[in-house]
Amino acid sequence: MRAVLFRLAGAIPTLCGVVLVTFLLTRVLPGDTATYFAGPTASAESIAQIKASLGLDLPLPVQFWRYIVALGHGDLGMSLTTGQPVRTEIVNRLPASAELTLCALILAIGIAVPLGVLAAVRQGSIVDHICRVVATAGVSLPVFFTGLLLVYVFYFLLGWMPAPLGRLDAFATPPPGKTGFFLIDTLLAGDTETFRAALSQIVLPACTLALFALAPIARITRASMLAVLGSEFVRTARASGLSGPTVVLTYALRNALLPVVTVLGMVFSFLLGANVLVEKVFAWPGIGSYAVEALIASDYAPVQGFVLTMAILYVLLNLGIDLLNRAIDPRARRSA
Amino acid sequence: MMLASHAVPAATPAPVLRVENLSVAFHTRGGLVRALDRVGFSVGAGQTMALVGESGSGKSVTAYAIMGLLEAAGRITGGRALLGDTDLVATPPKELARIRGRRVAMIFQNPRAALNPIRTVGKQIADVLLRHGGATRANAWDRAIEALRNVGIPDPARRAKAYPFELSGGMCQRVMIAIAVAARPELLIADEPTTGLDVTTQAVVMDLIQQMAAETGMATILITHDLALAAERAGRIAVMHAGHMVEDADTASLLSRPSHPYTARLIAATPTAAGSLDSLSSVPGGLPDLRRADIPHCRYAARCERRTDACDQIVEMRAHTPGHGVACWNPLTPMGQPAEGAPA
Repeated sequence: MRAVLFRLAGAIPTLCGVVLVTFLLTRVLPGDTATYFAGPTASAESIAQIKASLGLDLPLPVQFWRYIVALGHGDLGMSLTTGQPVRTEIVNRLPASAELTLCALILAIGIAVPLGVLAAVRQGSIVDHICRVVATAGVSLPVFFTGLLLVYVFYFLLGWMPAPLGRLDAFATPPPGKTGFFLIDTLLAGDTETFRAALSQIVLPACTLALFALAPIARITRASMLAVLGSEFVRTARASGLSGPTVVLTYALRNALLPVVTVLGMVFSFLLGANVLVEKVFAWPGIGSYAVEALIASDYAPVQGFVLTMAILYVLLNLGIDLLNRAIDPRARRSA
Repeated sequence: MMLASHAVPAATPAPVLRVENLSVAFHTRGGLVRALDRVGFSVGAGQTMALVGESGSGKSVTAYAIMGLLEAAGRITGGRALLGDTDLVATPPKELARIRGRRVAMIFQNPRAALNPIRTVGKQIADVLLRHGGATRANAWDRAIEALRNVGIPDPARRAKAYPFELSGGMCQRVMIAIAVAARPELLIADEPTTGLDVTTQAVVMDLIQQMAAETGMATILITHDLALAAERAGRIAVMHAGHMVEDADTASLLSRPSHPYTARLIAATPTAAGSLDSLSSVPGGLPDLRRADIPHCRYAARCERRTDACDQIVEMRAHTPGHGVACWNPLTPMGQPAEGAPA
């Protein structure tokens, strides 16, 4: 427990840096908020008026101080495009992104880890070649391309999947929110019909993201399994006549998972980035598409809020990975 | 005459393991490596036999071939390894897995690396007991603690919950021995079991192995490059060189009257308590390249100072005196000279 608090405290400087850098970056980026919102016909006075009302005419340090004070109160500012507080928007949209990312990650792990294990155990077999093809395809196909391809094939050509229009079609009512995860909320409410609708909507974007995440997980699983299978303690397990499944699963796989877990953390953060594009393709109402729209409109507050949210997610994610590593590896528990 | 010519001397028990003409080759990028060539020996119940030779002589490959643990590039190209009536070479992998650990077990050098780093030692012993020792899920843990006590680990109930990195090298080797003897095997192969341990721990570990062997009548193959250790612990020594067995005799006979030039060189290269360091000499030359298609029949010939024209012919292991075999055309002691009092 103390180690957890220690880790969290260690993340504070990082978060401070993120706050400062995003503030500066949004200010130096080309594009002027006041001009954008005043519209193309606005006079110089009305632009200046808007600037004054937004506090954009103040010196940068003063603007930064105001931002920090507001942040201290948990206020991320207002979005100028939507007129909503940024915090409300992010809280409402985060579950959509999280649900999509987690589904993709679970799907990717479920396919990539067994694939990597089989490829290592049967080196040079068909499974090994499949693993190599999947890994190459996964890294070389950009997500917006696979996304569009899947939509084209499964919605347009085959008609197996619904239109890529968000989490639920327009006529369905979202389930009463507890977790904000539609798949979980519908099940909690016992609403199997909406569950099926939400599931059919998430399949394609989740597959798109999963394809992207498959490659690194499968590759590291295979490499790590090969290293462990050649290790001395696996030789001992074989020399002791332990059965094949015991050797591969209990002895080799658990040890091989250590680097896989570390890579999972990286993959998860890649996914959060890839989300931005996938959410655009599938009209997914997550925080990625929100941030992109805000960035195009030079709407500072949502961009800053988005980056800060991501930074906090990364910190929590790394903490989670650390804890997972400790759970698997007794040496990590002892040394920390 | 008391002894009829066909009588088997009563002192020789039926061998636990009899290896005949065992040959192993490795497929590598550089070509086929003939790592073992027609190796043969046998070891009886309760006996300790040492396989001695320098690095790369094929000692460990012999052990792995017997265990069926050769890496994927290695193939047994001929011969038999009879454990009782079972030919281990001809046994399918799944059946072999049931024999390993139950009838024949193995311990390794660097015991800490040879144990699963993220599983408690108690669980690792319990795994073997569950597989071979007839233990149930209910009593496996208690029996694992018992096994730790048998190998002399103090406070076994607490140590069973320890991970290998929390134990000393000597402790880890005791755990390895506990794993190996858990199912009371007929044969234990100890591959450099004391390498990397400090001298006092070495003696303790060897004592423990021999005590276990004495209690259960287990045969032991001790693989070592240390002729002094072999001389101290083994009743019989087989000397290997470049994948060939060159000499095989009881310890006293081999040390006092080495027949193969390589054995004599090995003895001269072994430090003793009495001799000074100056009296040590190294074995000249190196091992031949085993990838060559035209490896000489005697793989020691290129290093040998007693080489003659006869050495180009195929050399077989021949009984020099009863129980003392040597594979050499020009041995240090004349061939066929009977030991005193032995029937010709």
